[in-house]
Amino acid sequence: MAIKQLSVFLENKQGQLSEAVKTIAEAGIDIRALSIGESRDFGILRLIVSDTNKAKAVLGDTICKTTDVIAVKMDDNAGALCEVLKVFDEAKINVEYSYAFTSKDLGAYVVFRVDDVATAEKVLLEKGVKLIVKDDI
Amino acid sequence: MGNYYQPEIETAPREQIIAIQNEKLQKQIKHVYENVEYYRNLMDEKGVKPEDIKTIDDIKKLPFLTKADLRDAYPYGLLGTDLKDCVRIQSTSGTTGKRVVAFYTQHDIDLWEECCARAIVAVGGTNEDVCQVCYGYGLFTGGPGLNGGSHKVGCLTLPMSSGNTDRQIQFMMDLGSTIICCTPSYAAFIGESLAEKGYKPEDNKLKAGIFGAEPWTEEMRQSIQKSLGIKAYDIYGLTETSGPGVSFECEEQTGMHINEDHFYAEIIDPDTGEVLPEGEKGELVFTALDKEAFPLLRYRTRDICVLTRKKCSCGRTHVKMSKPMGRSDDMLIIRGVNVFPSQIETVLLNEGYTPNYQIIVDRKNNTDTLDINIELAPEQMSDKVSDIEAMEKALEGAMRTMLGIGPKCHLVAPKSIVRSEGKAVRVIDNRKLHD
Repeated sequence: MAIKQLSVFLENKQGQLSEAVKTIAEAGIDIRALSIGESRDFGILRLIVSDTNKAKAVLGDTICKTTDVIAVKMDDNAGALCEVLKVFDEAKINVEYSYAFTSKDLGAYVVFRVDDVATAEKVLLEKGVKLIVKDDI
Repeated sequence: MGNYYQPEIETAPREQIIAIQNEKLQKQIKHVYENVEYYRNLMDEKGVKPEDIKTIDDIKKLPFLTKADLRDAYPYGLLGTDLKDCVRIQSTSGTTGKRVVAFYTQHDIDLWEECCARAIVAVGGTNEDVCQVCYGYGLFTGGPGLNGGSHKVGCLTLPMSSGNTDRQIQFMMDLGSTIICCTPSYAAFIGESLAEKGYKPEDNKLKAGIFGAEPWTEEMRQSIQKSLGIKAYDIYGLTETSGPGVSFECEEQTGMHINEDHFYAEIIDPDTGEVLPEGEKGELVFTALDKEAFPLLRYRTRDICVLTRKKCSCGRTHVKMSKPMGRSDDMLIIRGVNVFPSQIETVLLNEGYTPNYQIIVDRKNNTDTLDINIELAPEQMSDKVSDIEAMEKALEGAMRTMLGIGPKCHLVAPKSIVRSEGKAVRVIDNRKLHD
């Protein structure tokens, strides 16, 4: 039930982000979630979008990569994130990075990039954690 | 044994080649002394008369010509014939100063094209081949030289010139090109573009490529051979001596046979000007033995290489030169260390990167800085910053080992470094701005 994340390689230069986002907007694609990993020379723009393949095509195949990530629905109460991370810990799953988003339709959710997607999914579902699936996006 | 365009001369015994050189040099020295005032003055200054030059060994008595002489004598100072006898000029890009303008009589064009024809036949070319020439046409010698050679061999010649890669690929596929001639960086680019369009190396009909006009490494040869599914051959020449075809590779791919019946080669110590024995590394010097309009004698090419007369399995008897190991004017001195762009290219190819890079040299706080921008291959793309940073670190380590100084390596987006369709702009040296 993993969802597709699109990572886009951008040079660490003024205007690169707005250019990429504009391209996506003009193609009529909705951005559901976004985060940026930054370094000295470059940034990696990570996106959950309404149409991953189309976004990849308009941004240019050569600067994009798709990765499976897990999006977990969060109840709006204290400790909800702790519960999820505890599940990962017990299953010895390493979180590479994560980012949170909220939306009117989906509520609050956290995207996790983990080292073992298949196991992560399995253990979360066993614990009754609600995941966001492709159709939700 | 191989294929020859002019077997009687390409495989002539050594003594016969020397006899041809002796005869041609005596004639040439008279021609130059009588018709080229600039060189006559240089000879007079040195106290050398045409009568002093009897055999090819006497050539070391003659004065050198350098790029500076060409600048001084621009445009007509080294012309050896009346302009009415000239039929063409070619010219350099002028990136290192004033342009060189070279003149040709019909005889000069014919001998140049014959040299290119020898190169095409050496890679297996016959009148049944389709030869796609994607060197630039015009003032640059690449297009006209190989075009003429291809005609002489009788290939179906595709005078594509450089650029418009989609069209290159369309003609290559539709007309079944079997031989391609261009710069090695453009060959690599065409290879990438073919792969992007979903073609496999075996989908094209190409069998051989003739690549020159810029430095390239053995690693780059392997990568082009793989991406195009061909054998890749080197060709050498410079506008000053006529153009490509001064020397070319045979099927051995172990160096380029110099067309010694037209061009006499020496290796000298670049500091002292002394002629070095066979097998020693030094600056390559050429004497045009029978060119009429632009008859340069002892022209210093600035290319550093080695000559060998070791017997070649192809049957050719002409001396072989190694791929130039660098140019004395290509060499960068960074923090006192000599750095050749070819070393950087070697590291990139060894580490699995594309040979698309740009070197930026600058000076900050009185210290030279070296930055190398390198294109990430699409399959190297990662969603993790740490992965890409680790790749940069690894590259910096490998560069430090090869160069002796540590550069900063920056990975940039695939295809973001501008491809030149003639010569690649590999080096940006900003230090001059501060001087």
